[in-house]
Amino acid sequence: MIRLNVNGRTHDVDADPEMPLLWALRDLLGLTGTKYGCGQALCGACTVHLDGEAVRSCVTPISRAAGRKLTTIEGLENRALQDAWCELAVPQCGFCQAGQLMTAAALLAETPQPSDDEIDRSMAGNICRCGTYSRIRAAIKRAAGVK
Amino acid sequence: MLRREFVGGLLVAVAGRTLAAQSPKKPKTSDEALKERSEGLRPNVFIHVASDGKVTLVNHRSEMGQGVRSTIPALLADELGADPGRVEIEQADGDKKYGDQNTDGSNSIRGEYEDLRRAAATAREMLIAAAAQRWRVPAGSLTARDHAVWNGSRSLGFGELADAAGRLPVPKPESVKLRPRSEMKHVFRDLPLVDARAIATGAAKFGADVPLEGMLIAVIARPPVVGGKVVRLDDSKALAVPGVKQVIRMPEPKPPYKFQPWGGVAVLATNTWAALRGREALRIEWDHGPNAVYDSDRFASELSRAVHQPGHTARNVGDVDTALAKAAKTIEAEYHVPHLAHVPMEPPAAIARFEDGKCELWAATQNPQDARTQAAETLGIDESRVTSHVTLLGGAFGRKSKADFVAEAAYLAREAKAPVRVQWTREDDLRHDYYNAVNTQLLTAALDAEGKVTAWRQRTAFPPIATTFSDVKGPSAGDLQQGVTDLPLAIPNVRAETCDASAHVRIGWLRSVYNIFHGFSAGSFMDELAYAHGKDPRDNLLELFGPPRLVTLQELGVDKLRNYGASLDKHPIDTGRLRRVIERVASMARWSDRSGRALGLAAHRSFLTYVAVVVSVKKNALGKIAVDEAWLAADAGTVVNLERARAQMEGALIFGMSHAFYGGATMKAGVTEQSNFDTYRLVRMPEAPRALHVELVESDGPPGGIGEPGVPPVAPAIANAIFVLTGQRIRTLPLMLAGVV
Repeated sequence: MIRLNVNGRTHDVDADPEMPLLWALRDLLGLTGTKYGCGQALCGACTVHLDGEAVRSCVTPISRAAGRKLTTIEGLENRALQDAWCELAVPQCGFCQAGQLMTAAALLAETPQPSDDEIDRSMAGNICRCGTYSRIRAAIKRAAGVK
Repeated sequence: MLRREFVGGLLVAVAGRTLAAQSPKKPKTSDEALKERSEGLRPNVFIHVASDGKVTLVNHRSEMGQGVRSTIPALLADELGADPGRVEIEQADGDKKYGDQNTDGSNSIRGEYEDLRRAAATAREMLIAAAAQRWRVPAGSLTARDHAVWNGSRSLGFGELADAAGRLPVPKPESVKLRPRSEMKHVFRDLPLVDARAIATGAAKFGADVPLEGMLIAVIARPPVVGGKVVRLDDSKALAVPGVKQVIRMPEPKPPYKFQPWGGVAVLATNTWAALRGREALRIEWDHGPNAVYDSDRFASELSRAVHQPGHTARNVGDVDTALAKAAKTIEAEYHVPHLAHVPMEPPAAIARFEDGKCELWAATQNPQDARTQAAETLGIDESRVTSHVTLLGGAFGRKSKADFVAEAAYLAREAKAPVRVQWTREDDLRHDYYNAVNTQLLTAALDAEGKVTAWRQRTAFPPIATTFSDVKGPSAGDLQQGVTDLPLAIPNVRAETCDASAHVRIGWLRSVYNIFHGFSAGSFMDELAYAHGKDPRDNLLELFGPPRLVTLQELGVDKLRNYGASLDKHPIDTGRLRRVIERVASMARWSDRSGRALGLAAHRSFLTYVAVVVSVKKNALGKIAVDEAWLAADAGTVVNLERARAQMEGALIFGMSHAFYGGATMKAGVTEQSNFDTYRLVRMPEAPRALHVELVESDGPPGGIGEPGVPPVAPAIANAIFVLTGQRIRTLPLMLAGVV
């Protein structure tokens, strides 16, 4: 049994300790907001917060998450950021956006007023095939209150 | 009345605020949805007005990022006179009663604009007729707006009228009147994005997000080469992986491959991780079959040889050979664009349940009717026994029109005697795609002593999409109607030729399809001609497209033109519109004042929409090319949802940039060499231009396509800008092969 604390709730998971967090969240806990895109930490679609830090859940074994505070898109509480996402109509297909939001939220927690370069650096690991990058950048800046 | 035919879908959202649709544990069946809606007004399959005033509008096309769920229901609501805040959107299942549901060809609005409005106007006229009876006044004196029918300042709500209206005869769609544009209150403007909140909170449901009781997750070890077969299988180690429940042989497809499952061996487990580990533990000996000979580099050389020989004439005006013989100067250039992969962020995923001889599907499909057909064919049952629900699509770009992955799920659900989710990995997606055709072209132009272009010869060689469906040896003349035979040229001698090319991978359509490479070559070659006779590239482009006119078949030198399924009367090739987007984008980018900047320009008509693009490039700190700013002007005729249309054009700039910089799937011994985002690269945020500018030409003309036409001009605009910056003319994509990005 591995004890996971996800979005403030405790779950005891009976699974291979090597199972990536992504599949435990999706298949065992029914939290499907976190997405599979590559399985190799190349696209960022599966990004979640582990003790506030953005990690790629597709390559993070559940054993590493045991006893730590895990937040997924379903538990993200960054109203300003999520509102900015809606106000600027950032998503197209929406599939990568949970990962984009989780990475952006971690960036803002660390750097409340990021520059364009800081945004680009932090978001470089999150691919959006629809090409919403300019709106993602604008939404992060709106949430941060920077121009 | 078509009352009983209303079908409950999976995703419901209210305009402006999104609701969790229904318990994800137990998706609502069509019958349950029907019971809830058995009264009120239902004049057709798209609209229901309940007696409590709730209006349900059906979105029958698939949402894959183009914003159709934010557009079609809004169009229906506006024509009806409904309050968008009291409208619920229902996602249609795949069913022929909705007409065409294959969400491709940038066709949702351009193909259905008028029919959808007629469907809503029908409901409106019936509500008005019911109110006229109630008030005993002529219907002509009444109006419908704000969810009510009005007689001066008196009103009756839609809900109050719904039952009475539902008892009236349904007028013929062609007899109803559409509202004048001035009466439409919401559309032709920016519309709210209905699924934004669900996406921003993780509630939105995609193809892999529908949990069913007792569902097994399947991953499939597919033959590495299309047409390959399993020779020997040892699944003992796979079955020993905890969580793995079954190993099932997939049926072997026979050519032509169409949308059949690819074959191989499926591992089914209680969770995805176990299924993946189980697949790794399979020991399979493959017979790679006849396509193992395929080497895409060698094939590119074959295509190159082909275009240096005369081909089959697909377009002919004047006498190109004589003009070339008499030319003061001849310019010739060869262009190559490799196979391109779709790579939607959501790899294909589908869920199926098979019980009592019936199959129920949930899939990220662009074509739910064909998903139904493919599942029925694979199972050998009648289509009427298959229900095909549509989830949100995590990107699609044409990939998810092909229901091979849905058929896999249907097959496995029956064989496994359990609900099954088929999960493609990224590697599966890249190795088993329906790739965009690889293409080589030779363009040759004659210039006279004054530098005027007197002849244009274009030879194009590519394995067409038809190879996936039949045993053809090369493109038909019809295949050239994406950017070759429909290309307006004010040049007296023009000939286009196709060359034979066979296929060794599955060829499919990818967002803007053949326009990608035809737009690249023509857009690049026109720019080359500008420099050959010392002209400003913009002025040159305007000169080559010629004066404003409606281009005739005779001028094009073809007998007929498919014209994206639209009549040339309604959607002529209008060089005036092409000129206008070029002039507009040039003005946006301050083209006339480009000293110190390296700008490239290209323009292309596709899917009945005219798009011109300018990009600015510079070298970054590493000496590599970066696009720092891009401008796009589009004339798509009437645009229902301006905001999503701009979003599609912004996305097309990035999508086109990815093709130009990195796009390319290559095959060795029949096996695709790229397998994930490290080897099939896409543009990432630091590479995306800091400034994107999109403008839509105001128009009340018939609507053109939105999703695709932004893509073709992007790659040539980039290559043209690189030429300005570096003097290097790059004719082979992707640019990374030349080491410049």
